[in-house]
Amino acid sequence: MDAPMGSERVPRIEVRELTKMFGGLRAVSAFDETIYPGELVGLIGPNGAGKTTVFNMVTGLYAQTSGHIAFDGISIEALAPHEITQLGIARTFQNVRLFPNLTVLDNVRIAYHPHAGYNLTDAIRRSGRFGHKEKELSERAQDFLAVFGLDQRQDEIARNLPYGEQRRLEIARALAAEPALLLLDEPAAGMNPKEIVVLMDLIHFIREKFKLTIWLIEHQMRVVMGICERIVVVDFGEVIARGTPQEIQSDPKVIEAYLGRGAVAVAQQLSEKRCHAARS
Amino acid sequence: MRARFNRSTVTFLLGCLIVFAVFQYLFSAGILNDFWYTLVRIGAVMAIVSIGLNLIYGFNGQFSLGQWGFYAIGAYAAADITYRWTQLHDTSGLMVILLAVGFSGGAILLLGRYLNRVRGLDAMSAFAIYLFFVVLAILVGVWIARPLIAPTTAALSSLPEAAAGQIVFFLAVILGGLVAAEVSFLFGLPILTLGSDYFGIATLGFTIIIKVLLDNTDTMFGLTEMKGARGMVGIPKATTWFWVFLFLFVVVIVTRNILQSTTGRAIISVREDETAAKAMGIDVGGMKTLTFVIGSLFAGLAGGLYAHINGFLHPSNFNFLRSFDPMIIIVLGGLGSITGTVVASFAWALVLEGFLRILLPEGFETWRFVVYPVLLLVMMLLRPKGLLGTYEIPFLRSVMPPRRKREAQPTNSGVQAPAAETSGGGG
Repeated sequence: MDAPMGSERVPRIEVRELTKMFGGLRAVSAFDETIYPGELVGLIGPNGAGKTTVFNMVTGLYAQTSGHIAFDGISIEALAPHEITQLGIARTFQNVRLFPNLTVLDNVRIAYHPHAGYNLTDAIRRSGRFGHKEKELSERAQDFLAVFGLDQRQDEIARNLPYGEQRRLEIARALAAEPALLLLDEPAAGMNPKEIVVLMDLIHFIREKFKLTIWLIEHQMRVVMGICERIVVVDFGEVIARGTPQEIQSDPKVIEAYLGRGAVAVAQQLSEKRCHAARS
Repeated sequence: MRARFNRSTVTFLLGCLIVFAVFQYLFSAGILNDFWYTLVRIGAVMAIVSIGLNLIYGFNGQFSLGQWGFYAIGAYAAADITYRWTQLHDTSGLMVILLAVGFSGGAILLLGRYLNRVRGLDAMSAFAIYLFFVVLAILVGVWIARPLIAPTTAALSSLPEAAAGQIVFFLAVILGGLVAAEVSFLFGLPILTLGSDYFGIATLGFTIIIKVLLDNTDTMFGLTEMKGARGMVGIPKATTWFWVFLFLFVVVIVTRNILQSTTGRAIISVREDETAAKAMGIDVGGMKTLTFVIGSLFAGLAGGLYAHINGFLHPSNFNFLRSFDPMIIIVLGGLGSITGTVVASFAWALVLEGFLRILLPEGFETWRFVVYPVLLLVMMLLRPKGLLGTYEIPFLRSVMPPRRKREAQPTNSGVQAPAAETSGGGG
């Protein structure tokens, strides 16, 4: 396995034989993956390969047809999505899913709901605890937004933010839930090259700052190759390759999955031509 | 402590006091006659129902037509208590409902605490467990209540009659609300898992069931004077301007306090994006149930108040078609606006039954049901977001978070100020 040698650490997330059937369609087939704390792993594959389905099962949005998922050694396959989030898995979505009509600050403050520290009667009575905790919570959210450079925008309605900032807010919101494992579903989708560079820095930064384990789905090869330590490639719901970015780049199966059969030969020809050109 | 009594709070409280005093004066001085007095009280009752519905639909995004059914439940439950007290001079209704509601409520809370820890329990099994224990708790409650009826009757009879009547009335309204809340909890368990449109149909079904039940039930659990389709008479006319105003005031404050807390944000996040709310650790099902129960509690309270306005209850008042009235009010007033709901409720009561009746020439009074839909049409074309949109008076608007001390630095506050202004003007 890819686990560091000699370590007996509990994997952060362990997925075994995960399968999802939509009627007769096998969307994910016997998917295996083990990620240890601190790793940054990429999950790639052509459209419709079942990447997001894997994420949806891990976060509890879909019930798996069969298979096991364990988070820090605890089985989470029967848990509701909010229970899984409260255990420490947060995610972002392929198409940004903010709370569009709420302010930037409220978007983050919602993440604190499970640990707000006061209950409904405190809120109705406006007890001292309510005032105290609510203030603390708002300040925490403001500090958090400052980390992401969004503190100047805290009173703006989320849907009015520029796209790049919406993406950033979604990541900020997910991190406010204080996860140990962060799932990023195509964080660079729809971003221009400049924004992608910023995003890659951001991912490095949050990984260090929050001591995160990150699992990300991405189509932009620049991102995947640039930041992932390890890559898993799926196609038609099955794992077709695993390895470091360098290994994956030259794997004929991967090229075939992305570009179609015959592409391998073309790719080889191209690279040969390039070699000739370089020589002459 | 200082934050609790800032300017908007003081303004709001003063405004309420003035409105209350002015109307109280107009009514007691006889400037507004009984006809208008009834309409204003009906308007306030509709405001309470509609705020409940606005919580469910406007803030939590669940399209519900069940509000009128819970209104009916509250009305009949409260009427049962006060009818028995004034007509039969015993507290059988009060004690039985009090203990049945108390025990079943306790059972629900205890079970809830336990069942929350059970992972992966599906809604139908939860429903069955709750139903079993609620029925058990009600039976125990009734059994314990029986011997207590005579002593409480004696105790209440020793009080001055007016005071005893007011106490029984107040408890009746509260209990009416609680009965509606408990029924909504049980009913909500299986159907809140449905998607929004299906949920709407299911709640409509509920309202129809209640209407049919009222139509065909002469007596229920020994309530001999329910009299089915002939209508229930002899309920004391205890709902005064003071009571409706007090209840409306409390409902508005409670709603505001809920919405401006973490629970309120969670409720609204479910409307905004259910999947994202789940992924943020919010128990979407729990939030829907909570909102549904609170909304129905308000409907029940309003029903209890309504029953004591005319002293007469008839199943035709609880026709399922009328469940569109609060729906129309909240859409007119603005989904997600408490201020708009209150304004639209009074407008609805006063315009439909009051001004139109007066303005239309004699013999054409029924034409108000032609004018009223036309008004609705024009309204929706001109202001599709409702009379007030999402406008709230400052007291009800969600409070701006406290500024951080660090932002006292000149560079930051300079940039911050215009941003705060623009959003304040827009919201």
